[in-house]
Amino acid sequence: MTRDMAFFEFLCRMGDNTLVLGHRVSEWCGHAPVLEEDIALANTALDLIGQTQMWLGLAGEVEGEGRSADDLAMLRDAWDFRNVLLAEQPNGDFGQTMMRQYLFDQAHVLLLQKLAGSSDERVAGIAAKAVKEVAYHVERSRDTVIGLGDGTSESHRRMQAALDLLWPYAGEMFTDDEVSGIMAGEGIAPEPSSLRAAWDAAVQETMSEATLVIPDSDFAHAGGKTGFRHSEHLGHMLTQMQWLQRAYPGARW
Amino acid sequence: MTVSVDQIWGWLDEVPDPEIPVISVVDLGIVREVVLEGETVTVAVTPTYSGCPATSVISMDIETALRDRGIKDVKIETRIAPPWTTDWLSEKGRSRLEDYGIAPPQAAGGPEKCPHCGSRNVTRVSQFGSTPCKAHWRCSDCLEPFDYFKCI
Repeated sequence: MTRDMAFFEFLCRMGDNTLVLGHRVSEWCGHAPVLEEDIALANTALDLIGQTQMWLGLAGEVEGEGRSADDLAMLRDAWDFRNVLLAEQPNGDFGQTMMRQYLFDQAHVLLLQKLAGSSDERVAGIAAKAVKEVAYHVERSRDTVIGLGDGTSESHRRMQAALDLLWPYAGEMFTDDEVSGIMAGEGIAPEPSSLRAAWDAAVQETMSEATLVIPDSDFAHAGGKTGFRHSEHLGHMLTQMQWLQRAYPGARW
Repeated sequence: MTVSVDQIWGWLDEVPDPEIPVISVVDLGIVREVVLEGETVTVAVTPTYSGCPATSVISMDIETALRDRGIKDVKIETRIAPPWTTDWLSEKGRSRLEDYGIAPPQAAGGPEKCPHCGSRNVTRVSQFGSTPCKAHWRCSDCLEPFDYFKCI
């Protein structure tokens, strides 16, 4: 694999994570339990989609085949997506959505802090901008997980169920492979495994404050960020997200 | 036509932010540089939040404002680094925000006082508000809700 091929893959991983999670979170628009949460979720989704435009825009530039951020978002099918499986998992109830958000945000903020010092100044620029927004996301998702985990018996039960359900999808965020090895060698991005200890410590602290128990298993589903095997949910999501381009190919505003 | 860079800054200071029209795009601190080369004016704009839908409207408004002043060749350059910070809000912008009912950003992370009655007895309703740059707060004395311009 050449450096540019790995760089393109890496940028698609960044952009597809924010795109797929951003779309998932946007599905709450108009459906959240209270107005403030509705607005908060919509704003989070908006930040993530904005970050997607930068990551996928740069991916298209690095690829050099004239594909724009929109082309990459709307004209690829499931097997070309490089997001982690966690991002594409369905929303479930509000608690499940916030648990997914926290597990992701906590890893996202650690990664972006490192990327702000990337040897590639375009990557560093995007990360420096995004990290400010994501610091805000993790503050909110962490508070919400704690509030609901250490809340009523019903909210506690739901948050524990969400953690049990989503935990096996967290590990994929920290696996290394050829792509990450090349990126680390170039000083563009850290090896994902190097972020694990800080993430574990933060998550442990949050879950203990939330009175939730982290499952005693390291089993991790894989196949999202390599595109080898996405879960069934991604394809269903894309039929919604890409509906316009599928029904009316080439449609423009 | 002879124009100076200062004149262009003055014109841009009359372009209102589309979401918060009491402050200009210059007050907001998103206009980072104006370069005049022959007949061409290049304006460097730094977006506030990466997904802010106002960004493209702002670029269009800047272009329109300069064309209305007779400048034919306008280039808008989006510059993301260094990232926008609320430290770039002008003093004029901060006081206009407050007059408008939006508490200006504070390094402490929350509003200094209620923009309506001046009480310091305020509580946060939500970390997010009506636009990406604002959070939702409420005054515990006059009981009015208000927007707080988030500090980033």
